Amino acid sequence: MSAWKVFARGLWDEVPLFRLVLGLCPALAVTTSLVNGMGMGLATTFVLLGSNLVVSIFRKVIPGKIRIPAFIVIIASFVTVVDLLMHGYTPDLHKALGIFIPLIVVNCIILGRSEAFASKNGVGYSLLDAAGMGLGFTMALMILGGVREILGSGSLAGLPVTPESFRPVLLFILPPGGFIAYGLLLAAFNKLERNRSAD
Amino acid sequence: MADIKLKVSSSPHIYTTESVPRIMIAVALSLVPATIGAVYFFGLRAAMLIVLAVASAVGTEALCQKIRGVPVRISDFSAVVTGVLLAFNLPANAPWWMAVLGGAFAIAVVKELFGGLGFNIWNPALAARAFLLASWPTSMISSGDFPAPRAGTLSGLNLESISQATPLQFVKNVIAPLLQNPSEAAPAQLEATRTALERMQGLDYTLSLFWGKVGGVIGETSVALLLIGALYLLVKGYIDWRVPAGYVGTVALLAWVFAGPEGYFTGNVMLHVCSGGLILGAFFMATDMVTSPVTRKGKWIFAVGCGVLTLLIRVKGGYPEGVSYAILLMNTVTPLIDSYTKPKIYGGS
Repeated sequence: MSAWKVFARGLWDEVPLFRLVLGLCPALAVTTSLVNGMGMGLATTFVLLGSNLVVSIFRKVIPGKIRIPAFIVIIASFVTVVDLLMHGYTPDLHKALGIFIPLIVVNCIILGRSEAFASKNGVGYSLLDAAGMGLGFTMALMILGGVREILGSGSLAGLPVTPESFRPVLLFILPPGGFIAYGLLLAAFNKLERNRSAD
Repeated sequence: MADIKLKVSSSPHIYTTESVPRIMIAVALSLVPATIGAVYFFGLRAAMLIVLAVASAVGTEALCQKIRGVPVRISDFSAVVTGVLLAFNLPANAPWWMAVLGGAFAIAVVKELFGGLGFNIWNPALAARAFLLASWPTSMISSGDFPAPRAGTLSGLNLESISQATPLQFVKNVIAPLLQNPSEAAPAQLEATRTALERMQGLDYTLSLFWGKVGGVIGETSVALLLIGALYLLVKGYIDWRVPAGYVGTVALLAWVFAGPEGYFTGNVMLHVCSGGLILGAFFMATDMVTSPVTRKGKWIFAVGCGVLTLLIRVKGGYPEGVSYAILLMNTVTPLIDSYTKPKIYGGS
């Protein structure tokens, strides 16, 4: 498998949120705005890079029977790092994402990449895989957050983008609106994919 | 045998000469008295909202069915019924676009996305109401904004001090806090509240609730006109008496026991039965064939559940009225009720 393919897979073919339908909990909970989506995506990408790197380095010494606890300990370390970093440097974002930062530790994308990729591949490929998956996840969260912010608040990245007369559809920044927006986006991605594979 | 793929259509699986259009036209007809009442009480604006909601629902249905590549079946009248019921759930001064968006949401998201008529989990009109309420709460419930009906007042009481709320809003937002901290209220205020409470027990007040001389969303106010339509559906056999009986009965009983301002068994039963959306909900929305249980036992469970939830929301919840959420919640568990109350096959285990 070429290096490019390992990287690009996470961006489209296996983009976690829309193709694998993984990582839904943070995706629905924090994507009330573009910035929140991006923050969560980048935090996850950071953890993903770290965990894939370390898991890949130690893949031959981690006993198979206890690999999952070992992965979790590695992931939890990086989550702690990102949690403290965000608390220190981006306190507003840290506050907005709240409990969902520590919860990155149970994000199934991260454990999934450790198990499915990093524990079987070299360091270089594992990092590319983490970067691709992380950026794909970030992109997806930004799309979802952007759509919800425009509809639900009438703004994008905090700047007003809709005419004065538009009264924001509050539902879209509430939990049910998250599900509805995600469902509609998922349908759109399926349609795109179907058209692409039909060509 | 093992390879045959059998498609099970949605229940009930009984053959009848009745058809969907016939039933839906009957339901639409049964809503005519209340529609005329809505226009009488709230003026041409109510008529405009009803027309817009129906047009939007029917148009969206046609569009969705075209996109899905299935036959366009707008002549079955089901979208018309949804549109009217949705408009009935709007206050008369709701902006026009809320009727349009509500109708489109009801059909596109709640009905067609789930597979169209017969496959929707929730009553489309009620789910659209929930959508509008969550999205533009100020236009849906802000108490001072409800217009008073012709020949009546918003609260149904002729008291200056409390003209700003519908009966249930008055009970929830004015009386309850006042009676909880009587020492903080001005004596005159307390006096006026007691007068109001007393008047609400009277026959005059019950009659004005019954005829619709109170405020509310456009289709819920007149119990009399709703009952005319409901009676027609009951006689025709299109709705099951168990659902409204169980629903209204439960609300009445629980209201008497728990909803009194001065302790148990002092609740004002007629106030809780005749105000708000209970009659509209119990006869026209909880009875929706698609979203309520099929079995008789299931219908009782469904009805009692609706009643308990409605009163729970009214007395303990954040909103003054709980009919729509009660029915939506029970819609959600309808498949579960159906599977638990499935009759045992003779000889089966």
